[in-house]
Amino acid sequence: MTLFYLFGAIAVGSSLLVIAQRNPIHSVLLLIASFGALSGLYVLLDAPFVAVIQIIVYAGAIMVLFLFVVMLLNAPVEETEADLARPYLLLRSGPMRAGALLAIALGVELVWALTRGTETGVFAGGSVSSVRDIGRILFTEYSFAFEVTSVLILVAMVGAVILARRERRAGGAPE
Amino acid sequence: MTPVLIAQLSLTLFVFVMLLSSAAGMVYFERKVAALLQQRMGPYLVGPKGLLQPLADIIKLMFKEELRPRAADTLLFTLAPVMAATAAFAAFAVVPFGASTTLFGLLDEPLRLQVADVPVAVLVIFAVASMSVYGIVLAGWSSNSKYSLLGGLRSSAQMISYELSYGLALASVLVIANSLSLTEVVNRQAGTWFGFIPRWLIFLQPVGFLIYMTAGIAETNRAPFDFPEAEQELVAGYHTEYSSMRFAMFFMAEYINMVTVSAVATDLFLGGWHGPFLPESFGWIWFLLKVAAILFFYVWMRWTLPRYRYDQLMRFGWKVLLPIAVVNLIVTAAGVLYFDVR
Repeated sequence: MTLFYLFGAIAVGSSLLVIAQRNPIHSVLLLIASFGALSGLYVLLDAPFVAVIQIIVYAGAIMVLFLFVVMLLNAPVEETEADLARPYLLLRSGPMRAGALLAIALGVELVWALTRGTETGVFAGGSVSSVRDIGRILFTEYSFAFEVTSVLILVAMVGAVILARRERRAGGAPE
Repeated sequence: MTPVLIAQLSLTLFVFVMLLSSAAGMVYFERKVAALLQQRMGPYLVGPKGLLQPLADIIKLMFKEELRPRAADTLLFTLAPVMAATAAFAAFAVVPFGASTTLFGLLDEPLRLQVADVPVAVLVIFAVASMSVYGIVLAGWSSNSKYSLLGGLRSSAQMISYELSYGLALASVLVIANSLSLTEVVNRQAGTWFGFIPRWLIFLQPVGFLIYMTAGIAETNRAPFDFPEAEQELVAGYHTEYSSMRFAMFFMAEYINMVTVSAVATDLFLGGWHGPFLPESFGWIWFLLKVAAILFFYVWMRWTLPRYRYDQLMRFGWKVLLPIAVVNLIVTAAGVLYFDVR
C-alpha cells in the first residue's frame, strides 16, 4: 500500500508539474517520470507485461519523438507576457482558450466518473499477467477496438506524411 | 536477514562492481586490440603490460577541472550523465549469467545467477535500451552548443531507427523460444542436435543474430555507426562540453552498454552458460568466454571499418535492415506454426 501511494504521488505530482513548467523540455521529462510511476502501479497490479509495454511505448518511443520535436523547434517561451497578464484563461489567445474549455470538460467528466459509484469494470480475461491471455483477448473480445485503433494510427500517419510533403512543395529546402 | 537474502544482496553488489570493472577492463582491452590491429604496442608503461593504465586514466579524470558552459541548462547538464549511466547499469539486472548454484553447499536453496528473474526479461532489456537515448539527447541539448546538439539529434534519430530492427530480432527469438523469460530462453538451448551441434539459437536464427548485432552496434553508438561522436565533424558530439568525471560517466555507460548487448546476445543466440566439457556449475566460464568473443568482435569492427555517411546509415536502417527483420520474423513465425521448428 505504501508503494501504491508513493507511485500515485509521483504520478500525480509530476503530471501537475508538467503543465507548470515554462520550459517544454522539462515538461517532457516530468511526463516521462509520470509514465514511469504509472508503470510501477501496473507492476503492483501484477501486470508486468503491461508495465514494460508502458515504458517501451510511451517513455521509450513516443516521448523520444516529443523530445526530438521540441529540441528541433527549440522554442522554450510559449506564451507572451501580455497574454499571461490577463487574469482568466478564457480571455487569453485562441489555443489557450480551447485548452481551458477542454480542461473544464475533462474535469466535469472526471467528477462524474468518480461519483458514479464504486463498481469496477471486471476484466474479461481474469488475469492480465499472462502475455498469452492478453493476446487472445485482444484479438477476440476486443478485436474491433484493436482494429479501429490501428486505422486511427494509420490515418494519423497519412496525415503526417501529407503535412510534411506540403511543406516541402511550398519552397522550403528538403530536410 | 536470511542467508538467501544476504546472498541476493551480495550478488547485486557483485554484479555492480563487476560491471564497473568491466568498463575499465574494456578500455584496456580495446586499446590493446587496437594496438594489435595497427601493429603498435598499446599501453605498456603503467603496471605490468600496462594493466594499470585504466586506473591511471580514472585517477587523471577525477583530478581534472570540471567545466560547464555558462549558457547550459544546469539541472539537465548534471542529470544527463547520471541518466546515461543508470540506464546502462539497469539493463544488466535481468540478464542471467550462470545456472542456479548453491555456492558449493553454502546455501540451502539454489541461488539464481541473475539479479532479478523477471518473467518479461527480454522486454525489460528492450525498454531499458529505449530509455538509454535520453542521457545522450539531454546532454546534447543542455550543453547549449552546436556540436553537442547535432550529436544529440543524430543519436536520437539513429537510436529510434535501429530500435525497430533490434526489437524485431528479439521478437523472432521469442517466437521460437515461446517465452519472454531469458532464463527459459537459455535453458531451451541446452543439449545438442545429432550429438555434436549445440542447440544454440544462432543456428535457427542466423539472420536474426546478424540483425541483432548490427542494431546493437548502432544502439551503442559504436563504429561504424558512431555518428553521435564523429570527431572529424562534431568535435566529440554530445559530450563535447563535458569534462572530468561527468565525461567519464558517459564513457563508462558506453562500455557497459556494449557488455550488456554482448551478454544478451550470448543468452539469446549463443546458448548462455551451456557448453561442452564443463559441468553446469562452471557454466559461467562459458558465458564469460562467449561475451569476451563478442566484445572482441565489437572492437575488431571499430578498427577495421570506416564510418558510414549519415544518410547511408539512415537508408540502411530503414530500407535494408528493417525489411529484412520483418521478413525474418514472418518466416520464423511460419516455420514455427507450420513446420514446428523449435
